[in-house]
Amino acid sequence: MTRVYSGKKGRTPSAKALRAKGITRRSLLKGGAAVTGVAIGSGAITGFPTIWAQNIKDVTLRQFGTGTSGLNEISVKVKEELGFTLEQNVLDTDAVMQRAVTQPDSYDIADIEYFSTKKAFPTGVMQPLEVKKIKLFDKIVPIFINGKLTPTSTIAQGTAPHTVEFVEGADSVKFAKAPTEWATLVPTIYNADTLGIRPDLVGRPIKNWKDLVDPAYKGKAATLNIPGIGIMDAAMVIESLGLHKYADKGNMTKEEIDMTMGKMIEFKKAGQFRAFWKSFDESVNLMASGEVVIQSMWSPAVAAVRSKGIPCIYQPLEEGYRSWGSGLGLAKHLKGLQLDAAYEYLNWYLSGWVGGFLNRQGYYSAVLETAQKFMSEDEWGYWMEGKPAKGDIKSPQGAVMEKAGAVRDGGSFFDRMGHVVCWNSVMDEDRYMVQKWNEFVAA
Amino acid sequence: MPAAEIALPWRRRLVPYLQAGPLGLVLALFLVFPILTIIVVSFFDYNSSGQILPHVMLDNYHDVLWSKTTWLTYLSTFRFVVIVWVLTLFIGFWVSYFLVFHIRTNTMRIALFLLTTIPFWTSNIIRMISWIPLLGRNGMVNYLLIHLGLIDKPFEFLLFSPFSVVVAFVHLNTFLMIVPISNSMARIDKSLIEAARDANAKGWQILWNVIIPLSKTGIAIGSIFILTVVMGDFATVRLMSGGQSASVGLMMANQIALLQYPAAAANAVVLLLVMLVLVAAILRIVDIRKEL
Repeated sequence: MTRVYSGKKGRTPSAKALRAKGITRRSLLKGGAAVTGVAIGSGAITGFPTIWAQNIKDVTLRQFGTGTSGLNEISVKVKEELGFTLEQNVLDTDAVMQRAVTQPDSYDIADIEYFSTKKAFPTGVMQPLEVKKIKLFDKIVPIFINGKLTPTSTIAQGTAPHTVEFVEGADSVKFAKAPTEWATLVPTIYNADTLGIRPDLVGRPIKNWKDLVDPAYKGKAATLNIPGIGIMDAAMVIESLGLHKYADKGNMTKEEIDMTMGKMIEFKKAGQFRAFWKSFDESVNLMASGEVVIQSMWSPAVAAVRSKGIPCIYQPLEEGYRSWGSGLGLAKHLKGLQLDAAYEYLNWYLSGWVGGFLNRQGYYSAVLETAQKFMSEDEWGYWMEGKPAKGDIKSPQGAVMEKAGAVRDGGSFFDRMGHVVCWNSVMDEDRYMVQKWNEFVAA
Repeated sequence: MPAAEIALPWRRRLVPYLQAGPLGLVLALFLVFPILTIIVVSFFDYNSSGQILPHVMLDNYHDVLWSKTTWLTYLSTFRFVVIVWVLTLFIGFWVSYFLVFHIRTNTMRIALFLLTTIPFWTSNIIRMISWIPLLGRNGMVNYLLIHLGLIDKPFEFLLFSPFSVVVAFVHLNTFLMIVPISNSMARIDKSLIEAARDANAKGWQILWNVIIPLSKTGIAIGSIFILTVVMGDFATVRLMSGGQSASVGLMMANQIALLQYPAAAANAVVLLLVMLVLVAAILRIVDIRKEL
């Protein structure tokens, strides 16, 4: 941070003079970076179309999304490298979908999850992206394009991102079955979720999703109270118990919903659960206080528990992971210079700096090879290749996250993302599902 | 002159309307209009993209009224209302009594009054977090009881249970009882109490025949506050029960989260009707306007 800041400071006085000589902002940026000895940004940012009109600095893009990727550092960097202003607004998952659909004029860029997109895009509040304007589109991890991490992977259940990635045409709101020239989102961030455990308190190795409802952890288990995600975790448990094999966990029939929620009600009535959490902080506190020893969890929450010096493991399970992904989409009303700036921003987003930033927090970026350039060899080894850390692993903000010798829970990118069995979903029967979920909570 | 004489009463009649006009307009725009919208939307259909489809139907109400969940949820909400009402009334009444009849200086009264508002100063999430060290499995209460040898293993019911929901509600909302009750009490003419005493009334007779009847307005207003707060709540119940208890508000929140606005609207209309009936019942028992 301080390096970046000094870079900015050193550049500012000379900026006007250089622009007067007709030097583009980009070469200026490189010059500034080199002068101040900042390695970041020097080599990797090449080959974009340049739209550096004089008035670009007056452009403001309003983006909203979840706290996961709504990071102030990104806004600061956008201002530095692209020159325009990125205003960010952080909401929770549910509120993001509501905002996208009900207040389409209140944003320019939607940072939205793929399963929300399944609901939001068909309402016509967003415009399809021209794939050919996204320079690195062909470098995007294939999960988002055809659903397969490697050519031999099986496609995971649920609202897999590639099923809502493309639409049929420039004005279409109908999802295309195969890749087209028109995309709904540029994928930006994703991860594989599993159960978090307190290794000091569970007393035995945890290997399966069914351990969440093991009577040994009666009153010490928790799951999340977000219906669309909670029911997926419930389905993982049911399958792990061998009670039912879903055709598609992400799109259950009414009977399957009845059965799944019926079982969950049984577990609840037997006193299995200590709590159902809805926000990140709740899950951290449940775990850190020892109220709960095994629960559905998100990766930064595990890191937060660990940063308090309390042991917590993001436990890989035999059945695999439940995954989620987000991307950036464009509001319908964007046009002209603002639209150009938005494309510039999307291209920049994939160009590596953000990717490195996200990867170093334990998420994954859509284009891996550009992100690698912004990570040290040790960081890349720890986060992406599942290798033991050679030195301390630090968060992008500089806090020590892991000591030397640590290995990432679940291992490498391919070990983790290669074992995704379902994605967060919107079901066709979601109206019925919510009724049943409310029944579960009321039971 | 005659013309002016005729115009004057007409103008005069207009004055109160003009005075009430701005407030009426605000209420019409920000209260009546939204409620009407909710009522209208509650009869509409919706699709899975959250779009509201304007054809009138009764399905939303059918879903609300014919579902066992709704009845269970209302039952559990009523249970909280009754328990919290009894506790806040009891505590609120005696705190007010103490503040009004036992504290002599006004400064001290105001200072103590402000103390009762402290629970309002923190955010919901901080409150929820701060209960864990006290009521949690490894919290202070359990620690104390175990170390005093009173119990062998920690009480689990202290946190994330109906018990903790009630504790939080009472902790938060007793204030809403204290304000109106002490306001009513402060206006009781002290000479009435002296007169009762002169007439040889015992302490409890003064309380029952003088103070309580004259505090009735405050009790009624406080009760309406408690009723509306507890019925409409969704944060406290969710956080303190660890998400394991339902509330009517939470039910709506889950529907809104999935963009099922018409269903949530139908729920809201039902809740509104239930509340109106209850408030009307309270107002039948105590005529607030007369007593004020």
